[in-house]
Amino acid sequence: MASEDNKIDRRKLLADGVRVVGAMGLVGLGGFVAGREGRENDSVWQIDPDLCMACGNCETHCVLDVSAAKAVQFPLMCGYCDICTGYFPTKDYERNTGAENQLCPTGAVICRFIEEQSGTRFFEYTIKEELCIGCAKCVEGCALMNGSLYMQIRHDRCVDCNECSIAVACPTQAIRRVPADSPNLFKKEAQELLDLEGANDA
Amino acid sequence: MIRLLRTMLPLMLLLIAADVATAQTVIPIPRFITDYEILDVQLTQARDGRWEYLDLAAVFVGLVLASYFALVRRSRRGLFLLSIASIAWLGFWREGCVCPIGAIQNVALVMSDSSYAIPTVVVAMFVLPLVFTLFFGRTFCAAVCPLGAVQEVVAVRPVKVPAWLDQTLGLLAYVYLGLAVVMATTGESFLICRYDPFVALFRLGGSFNMLVFGGCFLVVGVFVGRPYCRYLCPYGAILGLLSKVSKWHVKIPPEECIQCRLCEDACPYGAIREPTVDQTATRRRHGRRRLAALIVLLPVLVGVGVGVGGLLKVPLSRFDFTVRLAERMRFEGRMEEEVQRRVQSTGLSGSKIWGEVLDEYGQEERTTDASADFRVSGQPIEELYRHAYDRTMHYGTLGRWLGGWVGLVIGVKLIYLAVRRRRRDYQPDRTGCVACGRCFWYCPGEHARQGWIAGPIAGQGDSRL
Repeated sequence: MASEDNKIDRRKLLADGVRVVGAMGLVGLGGFVAGREGRENDSVWQIDPDLCMACGNCETHCVLDVSAAKAVQFPLMCGYCDICTGYFPTKDYERNTGAENQLCPTGAVICRFIEEQSGTRFFEYTIKEELCIGCAKCVEGCALMNGSLYMQIRHDRCVDCNECSIAVACPTQAIRRVPADSPNLFKKEAQELLDLEGANDA
Repeated sequence: MIRLLRTMLPLMLLLIAADVATAQTVIPIPRFITDYEILDVQLTQARDGRWEYLDLAAVFVGLVLASYFALVRRSRRGLFLLSIASIAWLGFWREGCVCPIGAIQNVALVMSDSSYAIPTVVVAMFVLPLVFTLFFGRTFCAAVCPLGAVQEVVAVRPVKVPAWLDQTLGLLAYVYLGLAVVMATTGESFLICRYDPFVALFRLGGSFNMLVFGGCFLVVGVFVGRPYCRYLCPYGAILGLLSKVSKWHVKIPPEECIQCRLCEDACPYGAIREPTVDQTATRRRHGRRRLAALIVLLPVLVGVGVGVGGLLKVPLSRFDFTVRLAERMRFEGRMEEEVQRRVQSTGLSGSKIWGEVLDEYGQEERTTDASADFRVSGQPIEELYRHAYDRTMHYGTLGRWLGGWVGLVIGVKLIYLAVRRRRRDYQPDRTGCVACGRCFWYCPGEHARQGWIAGPIAGQGDSRL
């Protein structure tokens, strides 16, 4: 009987040892991993518009029913065109705002007349975000001209999956994690324009 | 964006004639004469991270409560209500992200890639249940994990899975753990998240395949208790190991076991081990010899695993973007050669031949989005091939690690099964037990302790059941 008790004690001691080492190891690991450089920054998913080729996967591959990725207008790059290739299809259309004449399947691109200068008319194009489904048709169209329309993941909608489903399906690996305190990516040119404007303001 | 221009080449030629000065801004930005002000770009800010800390707090409170209900209060009802709360809060409200199961991959990635920034919450999410398990057993699985909870709720008609099948399928979880860790270190694929069966349910939406996958798990889960937890969950595999050395663990009878076997019937997860019978001397000798043989077998299994694992480089590299792209480019190259050959031999027009060749190769289009983008980018294809080759070789290394791990798991499992332990009473198997509380809830000794029935322990006869 005594030997049996000893055996149980030995097993218990072993378990105690493993547990203490395990607990210390886990806490140590946690501290080590959490304490490494740059760890204080959270990160979020974002589309690099310079890499995006407007394939349309954003619309269909997001885990949300209506994708968290939407088209965004960058007004500083917009040409305010009379015939916007992001608004009108490139053929077989009439130049009015009828649904059949719009590139956007949900009518989310809003066109508004601004002014006329010596026969040239300028229009403002904005995205009505609640209508946008992220199909990137306007982005593809606008790329023929200035490329001021581009895709971005909207952080008010993104549920921040551990692995972004759109990123898995993205044909150009344009989606990556970016720091949460600067969660938007601009085209290189757009960033230059922003910097210029910032310099002018200052 | 400039890459897209090639699709509209005729129009572009016109435009290039009009404005060559800037490559991208084709149309000059007008200077408005009215007082129109150019709008600001609409940006969104990242959600504040406080919700995640609240999740962490919820998990902590859940762990405390689950451990209390399972070990102190011994209340199956409490555990069940906690499960419902977990499904509601961590499942449907917070939509199942971020969870400790998936956090395995973030931790694996940060180990291999120091540039990856892992949020503190994720680390804490990963470590907290592990530490709790070291002290209280798998109380995380019992009622905190929403994936476990949703399966707990549907397990209404559990059948007994034969031991050999149960043990064999149980190995899958370790294989999946190895695979997920290995793939996470590449930073390309988080398989646990991609194939999470219930997140689509919690979000009430997702890809059709994942909804069907999750639905299957729920249907199977009615008859086989917690199929995901037992046979796939990689985090459960880790917790099971840690639970072996837990300081405290769910006890079935409060005092003396009367060997009624009700607990064995009540456990839907096949985690109750029956008392052992004494062995004869010959059987013991037999067992020892077998154990010795299995210990010798272990390094052999690991070696075989490493060897076979090297062959995994091709299937594993299918997950890699670069490798897929390189294979596609090579395939398109073959199609192009075929077309050229036929054009030369028949003299027909290229577009006609292309149609034929595409049909024969079962393709809709000449290029995919990815290959089209690669062609436009103008990168040299040799570089892509070289990169893809390096990646494939890297997957070979990962495959050997994975194979060795699988060999080790099988070997250790065999040894574990060959080692006999002495049990006098019915006891929960610490690895398989998820502390759901059914065993003690059905135990007559417990009923007596609670005073629901008259019993030798409680001694009083007021029956509340």
